[in-house]
Amino acid sequence: MSAQPKSLFEKVWEAHSVRKLANGQTQLLIGTHLIHEVTSPQAFGMLRDLGLKVLMPHRTFATVDHIVPTNELVEPYKDSLAQAMMDELRKNCAQFGVTFFDRSTGKQGIVHIVGPEQGITQPGTTIACGDSHTSTHGAFGAIAFGIGTSQVRDVLATQTMALGALKVRRIEVNGKLRAGVYAKDVILHIIRLLGVNGGTGYAYEYAGTTFDGFSMEERMTVCNMSIEGGARVGYVNPDETTFAYLKGRPYSPTGDAWDAAVARWKSFASDPGCRYDDVVRIDAADIAPSVTWGINPGQGISITENIPSPETATSDDDRAGIIEALAYMKLPAGQPIKGTKINVAFLGSCTNGRLSDFQEVARYIRGRKVAPGVRAIAVPGSQIVALQCEKLGLDKILAEAGFEWRAAGCSMCLAMNPDKLIGDELCASSSNRNFKGRQGSVTGRTVLMSPVMVAAAAVTGVVSDAREVFAVN
Amino acid sequence: MALAKITSVSGRGVFVPGNDIDTDRIIPARFMKCVVFDGLGEFLFYDVRHTPEGAPTGHPIDRPEHKGATILLSGANFGCGSSREHAPQAIHKAGFRAVIAENFAEIFFGNSTTLGIPCVNAAREDIAKVAAAIEANPAIELTVDVAALEVRFGAEKIKITQRESARDALVNGRWDAIGDLIDGLPAVQATAAKLPYMSAA
Repeated sequence: MSAQPKSLFEKVWEAHSVRKLANGQTQLLIGTHLIHEVTSPQAFGMLRDLGLKVLMPHRTFATVDHIVPTNELVEPYKDSLAQAMMDELRKNCAQFGVTFFDRSTGKQGIVHIVGPEQGITQPGTTIACGDSHTSTHGAFGAIAFGIGTSQVRDVLATQTMALGALKVRRIEVNGKLRAGVYAKDVILHIIRLLGVNGGTGYAYEYAGTTFDGFSMEERMTVCNMSIEGGARVGYVNPDETTFAYLKGRPYSPTGDAWDAAVARWKSFASDPGCRYDDVVRIDAADIAPSVTWGINPGQGISITENIPSPETATSDDDRAGIIEALAYMKLPAGQPIKGTKINVAFLGSCTNGRLSDFQEVARYIRGRKVAPGVRAIAVPGSQIVALQCEKLGLDKILAEAGFEWRAAGCSMCLAMNPDKLIGDELCASSSNRNFKGRQGSVTGRTVLMSPVMVAAAAVTGVVSDAREVFAVN
Repeated sequence: MALAKITSVSGRGVFVPGNDIDTDRIIPARFMKCVVFDGLGEFLFYDVRHTPEGAPTGHPIDRPEHKGATILLSGANFGCGSSREHAPQAIHKAGFRAVIAENFAEIFFGNSTTLGIPCVNAAREDIAKVAAAIEANPAIELTVDVAALEVRFGAEKIKITQRESARDALVNGRWDAIGDLIDGLPAVQATAAKLPYMSAA
């Protein structure tokens, strides 16, 4: 162990620091670059304009997720703009020698699901992707940044980007979660507690016995939404759970290289006694099944609470925020959120589109039916997740309940594809953002919640407490 | 690459009130179905500027007296949400050259700086002062002085702050890092050589 105890963030930062730039930022090596069709085409265009190449095509991986229709597999897609983006990515990957997990490979999916399941996402590495939910990869003890298109260009051309170091806030959650409480509820609770911009300038280190006991998929759900709390980066220190997940994945090291890699990965974990810029402690028992009622992910309550009213606001800002949110959401102040009618139920996204999400839903929804009038779709996060679910018959259980089982993609999380809300439909959604218009209708309404809570809302037709609907105890 | 030294931005301002104005509101996702950034300007704040039927809502940036404004003012946590560079691109292509807000979301701030759009922080009361001056006289010229860290308007001025690395990059003409990053390429290879995973495909 080094003399000075260090956090994982500091160690990874140091190992990847190339040099100090004139403005005080660091030229940081980005070990793994993940790209997709929405934020990369302009970057490749800039590369061509500058006459540059992709410096390390072997460390660059592409997939297609935002625009792919989940109910249309044959190209050309009906949406010619979507087809143009697809063609552009295919062309760029071919021209610059980048591995592309296209639909024909059987490995396509949401970029934040593909990286981990291929074993590309590894501890002690730096990762960048032109998508803010890149923080997901921090679940493995990687430092993973969401970046803009000019930075995609920078990473393509130089495998580095200019960045200032972040402060580190350790968020410890200790104890056992209550029955019916999931990783999604943990992160919604954290965001509500610390605010949607509470994490600006910070990397969040998630720790404590609750995280120690979490599966990799649960850790990914939490790290995924770090950015919703303003933190560009979120991570969990790597441990045996991490290594067990990575063993045998296509891009994981094998043989002697595996042992060496595990030893190296362990060395990146935060040292006991290292310095944090801030520490927050949360008791797992205080976390309840959570839902949002407003227009940002920090506007959340437990399912048993009432919708806030302007009178109970803690500040002028809070009051203005409540008034604006309630007007948009068309929800009654001071009333229970439970019982709010829903129109759509959406299962999927990079937050909650993995095998364990569908397993947990299937476990409870078996034999139940989606309420009349509710449009319900279940969208696996990747082709591999789809196959895993189908092998277990989860697709059939969901379909029998009344969920449409779709092909892999971002789907209704952000509505860059045909899956959209219509008018002011209200959607019980396992995704990550409830911004105005996020799900594709300018008056569409999103209520964020865990997948099991989505299932409960789907079968009752109203926002419900899954613990009551499914007799969880 | 010689870049302009952005020490100050002068022009008329427009105040778009509100906190937590997210990137979906700045540029709705459906307008991101494009392979170039051209044309994004007209879709800036589209869904707030139009009713669902497409009629104008009288949004501040559409008011005739604010036509040609180049400085955008807003509230706290401006640009939160996604990493889409389409957001600052839309702001830039709509003619804005600086943004004054209480504070900014991390990724948006970096993306804007890289495009040479100064994002500067000011206290709420001070933003209100500037907004009031604009309301009283929409033609009033504002100067966002990045070098001196102040905004001047009429006979008045307010203090602003900006992260030093961004301020340095703007005033010294190195806000787009690509040239510096390329200069470091030999060191990049040396750093990569020390990391076993970098050699694996």
